[in-house]
Amino acid sequence: MSDDTLTLPPREDASTAAAAGAAGRLSGYNFAYLDEQTKRMIRRALLKAIAIPGYQVPFGSREMPLPYGWGTGGIQVTASVIGPDDVLKVIDQGADDTTNAVSIRKFFARTAGVATTERTTEATLIQTRHRIPETPLKEGQILVYQVPIPEPLRWLEPRETETRRMHALAEYGVMQVKLYEDIARYGRIATAYNYPVRVNGRYIMAPSPIPKFDNPKMHRNPAIQLFGAGRERRIYAVPPYTAVESLDFEDHPFAVERWDQACALCGATDSFLDEIVTDDAGGRMFLCSDTDHCAERRRSRGADAQEGTT
Amino acid sequence: MSDTPLLRVRGLTHLYGRAVACRDVGFDLWPGEVLGIVGESGAGKTTLLKCLSAQLVPTHGTVEYDTRDRGLVDIFAALSEPERRMLLRTDWGIVHQNPRDGLRMAVSAGGNVGERLMAVGARHYGNIRREVLDWFDRVELNRDRIDDRPDGFSGGMQQRVQIARNLISRPRLLFLDEPTGGLDVSVQARLLDLLRRLVAETGVAAVVVTHDLGVVRLLAHRLMVMRGGEVVEHGLTDQVLDDPQHPYSQLLVSSILQV
Amino acid sequence: MYVAVKGGERAIENAHKLLAEERRGDPAVPELTLAQIDQQLAHAVDRVMTEGSLYDRGLAALAIKQARGDLIEAIFLLRAYRTTLPRFGASEPIDTAAMLVRRRISATFKDVPGGQVLGPTFDYTHRLLDFDLEGPTAPPPAEEGEAAPGAMPRVVDVLSRDGLLETDEEPEMSGDDSVGDVTRDPLEFPADRDLRLQVLARGDEGFLLALGYSTQRGYGNNHPFAGEIRLGEVAVEFVPEELGFPVELGEITVTECQMINQFRGSATRPPQFTRGYGLAFGHCERKAMAMALVDRALRARELGEEVTAPAQDEEFVLSHADNVQATGFVEHLKLPHYVDFQAELVMIRAMRAAAEEQAAAAGKAAAE
Repeated sequence: MSDDTLTLPPREDASTAAAAGAAGRLSGYNFAYLDEQTKRMIRRALLKAIAIPGYQVPFGSREMPLPYGWGTGGIQVTASVIGPDDVLKVIDQGADDTTNAVSIRKFFARTAGVATTERTTEATLIQTRHRIPETPLKEGQILVYQVPIPEPLRWLEPRETETRRMHALAEYGVMQVKLYEDIARYGRIATAYNYPVRVNGRYIMAPSPIPKFDNPKMHRNPAIQLFGAGRERRIYAVPPYTAVESLDFEDHPFAVERWDQACALCGATDSFLDEIVTDDAGGRMFLCSDTDHCAERRRSRGADAQEGTT
Repeated sequence: MSDTPLLRVRGLTHLYGRAVACRDVGFDLWPGEVLGIVGESGAGKTTLLKCLSAQLVPTHGTVEYDTRDRGLVDIFAALSEPERRMLLRTDWGIVHQNPRDGLRMAVSAGGNVGERLMAVGARHYGNIRREVLDWFDRVELNRDRIDDRPDGFSGGMQQRVQIARNLISRPRLLFLDEPTGGLDVSVQARLLDLLRRLVAETGVAAVVVTHDLGVVRLLAHRLMVMRGGEVVEHGLTDQVLDDPQHPYSQLLVSSILQV
Repeated sequence: MYVAVKGGERAIENAHKLLAEERRGDPAVPELTLAQIDQQLAHAVDRVMTEGSLYDRGLAALAIKQARGDLIEAIFLLRAYRTTLPRFGASEPIDTAAMLVRRRISATFKDVPGGQVLGPTFDYTHRLLDFDLEGPTAPPPAEEGEAAPGAMPRVVDVLSRDGLLETDEEPEMSGDDSVGDVTRDPLEFPADRDLRLQVLARGDEGFLLALGYSTQRGYGNNHPFAGEIRLGEVAVEFVPEELGFPVELGEITVTECQMINQFRGSATRPPQFTRGYGLAFGHCERKAMAMALVDRALRARELGEEVTAPAQDEEFVLSHADNVQATGFVEHLKLPHYVDFQAELVMIRAMRAAAEEQAAAAGKAAAE
């Protein structure tokens, strides 16, 4: 290595570059970035996950160009199921224009060249971080969740070898004990997000850090729900119309959050609201976290107003 | 009165490499009976207890238990691991010498005692709590402590929590490893009285391992004396303690204070 | 009137442009070339190759330049590139006994066949800042001597011959002869030694250094001696299916460390020394030594030792050794979490309201 330049290994040739360029996506990479073998491996894991609802399937998570913890699991799942005709929506905290959602949507635009949308009703594939869209999903849609910690028992038992056994033997007593402890200490179950659920009456699952407000949406949802945890290397799934029940006690039943206010933009009283601090005197306003849902409501209210039907 | 014992042990032997922990132990235990196993430390009592309670797989021999639905079964050969674990949570109880081994220190006393109920499907908080408080009374624990964590309890209180945690599932067989070890003499006496009362009330059978002859005198119907891994004498407690036959038993008995 | 914040996409683009500007720095300052990084920041390149799991000095240098010197960021870049490369097979195990040795030391014997060869080392330098390096330097050529002919025998082989050192006759592999690959398959516990070594080889040098250090300070001490540390070039050979015999693909530089540790023997085995092994790309002694200490600590289970210390805890060590995973998750806290935070706010306010009600009711009752 004695010359002034350092030669790098050769990359793609002109023909693949041209083909990729024509499709409007980044040259030198396979469709949706992952190689076909990896996609096949992930699809096999997905099939297994769908066959055993709520069960965590280990998979060979790949190093991705986005950092672990930033959605690599969700991205790998999406990359494995997306096709050229799909319409992709990506949200983070319910919004399409948060930086993480923008970054991931751009990633798929560059590597797959698929159409993207902000409208839930138009999407065939929705990747989400920490929220389920307010607009009810339909059969044929796929919802991909980004999961940081897939193991619901992790906080009670740090060892993977032990939690695997607990799931295999359905030894979930500790989970119930944890809820008991909450009630004994706080008078209520103190979990506000990533609230544990029982899927298909068998496996206890971590729904990802969605607020408990969203838990009921998972129950018997017509869409396919897929969960990807890249760093922890686990995939799980809830097939359409599957029972998903939040854990509770008979005399302390599961309940969702409620606000006293309505959305300041669209007036919704039944959606999850973000709190915006407007001044340093404690002024606050509340807005729908789901930006598409809010915009849709505003659109139809505007249309109703024009037609004089409100 | 059934013909099958609750627990049948034959030829139980466990080796660590070439060292013999226990050799050729055999006995029958009947419902409601308490068997004491005594000997010095290193005599093999704890290993024996671990084999009996399915915590250790013995090198040779069998341990059979009279299950509720299948009768007498070999707990190692005829039961799967899930079935054994279920047994340990319901029909059996284990009171460890060190409460830290038998309790969840990060969970409240109430949570500890109620766990077995929740593990088998109890889902009504109020009912669970009521039953837990009931057991607090039975083991003479102050109801006010139900939400406190056991790491702030005295040794005697921790043992009471352990006992309640096990008995709440109405087990038919209880294993106790030095239940009063490390406790004050007066605390020991009260705990033994409690155990004796509870055993009589619940009709539970028990295997008690201890080096303290006072414990077996109070709790056990029958006694096995162990030395160097072997059972040297076996009989009714009073008979063995008042009229020991084997020289080692005589040595043991003569070394306790006669009161 | 509140207008929802938009323009996340433009903000990201602008951030990237600013980054590119800052990466270049002052345009009057000459731009770094990859050759400069490779030659003059060689240890950085070595580390990035080792933890990036990819032997290519040029790519590693590029990654370092792109990452502005942040080595973990560079490792991330290299790993992401590695994912896209096709695999055509596994090489033959490299034979470090046949290494073209440039540095070889042993702490267990005063002298060994082949001698103690110091090579290019910082070890005996006095750590005084050398201000001569501020300007251009032209170091005089180092003295040359006659190289010893033939391969340099390994110290550990001396001990093995006498039966004093355990050999690999009973490998820990679970029946399957192929080497596992943690970049393809998920790691499951308990993990066999081949996978453990893989994770350690890719693992963060700082993390392994701290764990190795902890064993020396009593957290799972295994009485290590540096049996041998060697640095030099080894051939990488591959057996193509069509040919059926090995073909040399090239040479790589590696640092290898063999630690020799004490063992007390058991009911079935007479006392023998045990080993810890470390291997890194390029010249990475600290990494290779720390890896060997942790490798030995993790063998506690198979050697029948009590697991008492963090360095011996397989799940703990292997789950947290990967710095790309670690930094991803630690830094992901920068992502918006306001929805979950909102959920917490709602809950805490409800609890406080309930507590206030209770206090007010109690106060009223007391007053009556």
